Amino acid sequence: MSDAGLFDRLFGAGAHQVRVDGQFVHGEAQLAGRQLAVIGTWNSAAIDGDLALAVAGAVLAVVGADAASGTAPRPIVFIADTSGQQLSRHEELLGINGTFAHLARCVDLARRHGHPLLTLVHGEAVSGGFLAFGLLADRVCALADAQVRVMDLRAMARVTKIDFERLQALAAASPVFAPGAANYWRMGAVDELWAARDDWAHCLTAALSAAASASAQDGRAALGETRGGRSLAAPIAALVDDA
Amino acid sequence: MTLRRVSYFEASARARVAGLMDPGSVLEWCPPQQRHSSPHLALLDAPVAFDDGVMVGSARLDGMPLLFAAQEGRFNGGAVGEVHGAKICGLLRRALRERPRAVLLLVDSGGVRLHEANAGLIAISEIMRGVLAAQAAGIPVIALIGGSCGAFGGMGIVSRLCDALIMSEEGRLGLSGPEVIETVQGVEEFDSRDRALVWRVTGGKLRRALGEASDLVGDDVGAFRAATLAALARPSEVRDLERLLANQQALETRRQHFAEARDGLEIWRACGFAEPEAVPMLAVDDFNRQLAAGQAGGSI
Repeated sequence: MSDAGLFDRLFGAGAHQVRVDGQFVHGEAQLAGRQLAVIGTWNSAAIDGDLALAVAGAVLAVVGADAASGTAPRPIVFIADTSGQQLSRHEELLGINGTFAHLARCVDLARRHGHPLLTLVHGEAVSGGFLAFGLLADRVCALADAQVRVMDLRAMARVTKIDFERLQALAAASPVFAPGAANYWRMGAVDELWAARDDWAHCLTAALSAAASASAQDGRAALGETRGGRSLAAPIAALVDDA
Repeated sequence: MTLRRVSYFEASARARVAGLMDPGSVLEWCPPQQRHSSPHLALLDAPVAFDDGVMVGSARLDGMPLLFAAQEGRFNGGAVGEVHGAKICGLLRRALRERPRAVLLLVDSGGVRLHEANAGLIAISEIMRGVLAAQAAGIPVIALIGGSCGAFGGMGIVSRLCDALIMSEEGRLGLSGPEVIETVQGVEEFDSRDRALVWRVTGGKLRRALGEASDLVGDDVGAFRAATLAALARPSEVRDLERLLANQQALETRRQHFAEARDGLEIWRACGFAEPEAVPMLAVDDFNRQLAAGQAGGSI
């Protein structure tokens, strides 16, 4: 569930013009003297083609405006609150996977135009809805109690036909399939965890400078190896790359 | 030269690679002999594969150097786990250094492997970035879809990032599989046992009509090879701001045009097929001819 006070805590009351239209988040904010674009989804949105296109359109508008005015590319703060993709025959028929690919390409265009990209996960970040834009940022920050997952353990038990109790026991020991922001941190997909008592504006300012100096290369597998949550991804990729 | 028709649908990943590429040109990295299997599956007492369900390597196609990844749909539905995904990521990174003529992704996958769900989801995000990086470096990435698992979940997104997407009629492409939609939303929303409906909503003829698949071919490894060569002869699209704005507009128009559509029949009718109900029975050549004729006035 999204908290309307989030933007005041992030940017300070009165220092933002972020609007929530339905489940679409968009607007401007100011932080430490810098202008930011804020784009995303709200209230555990099940993302359909319309919402994905709204997010993509907002990204293109920011890229277009800064390119036209010749100003420094503004950082984009993605607010990712999604319960996943909309499950519907209509969406599948019209190629929701292709619309998500278009959104991913728009995010990549913004990166190549020099916009620092940061994602904040504060509610839920699930599966395809997270893949489409949030996971692609240069830096991903999550509140420690945010729900990050592909599927909850009960549904997973049903699909894999492995006992729920067994999955629960394994989840305690392995970050590989248990939901939770901390597991994604250990695996290198979440860069930093913020606690409820933290000064989020301060955290965001620091995270934005980290995003601005992020390498163009994808460092998540190496980070996951360093943090001990994903020990094989980096060495196996290196085996193929160096063979 | 007349080649025996080999069903792409029935073939294993390795047989597809052998049939597509120039004879004797295939080199595999992290082959099964090295036994890089998934420790996460082993922990759950689930069967493992020594290649973790994907073959990656280099080969030649009509003499042109390529890199390829071929997913094995018969192992865990071609699903992406940590090792499986890392092999594809390593391949895409290698492409930046080796600069092959193209990277071929022989997609046959339901998406994330739930037994190692977090690792699979992150790996797919890494594959997405890898594809985008290869393309930015001027290396085209081509998806081939014609196996029993199709291309779903994150691999459905990856496939739509590709420069060309070659499908057979048997191939399927989407995000959420019909079974998942039926389980969550009910059989009235999507009856996953109605195979004809499933193909009208996700199959190659629907995806080609929408312009999402660049080519529709018969279920034949040789036809996939010919279409890949044809795709390589076409110039790659430039994806600048102007182009993405045009794509955005096209997707918005499609959603307005088909605001209520729930069946491929409606798409085929709009594409100028006089008898949409007959489209599933059309031979591939006839389908392609009628599609081209119907779209002479502009595509949808």
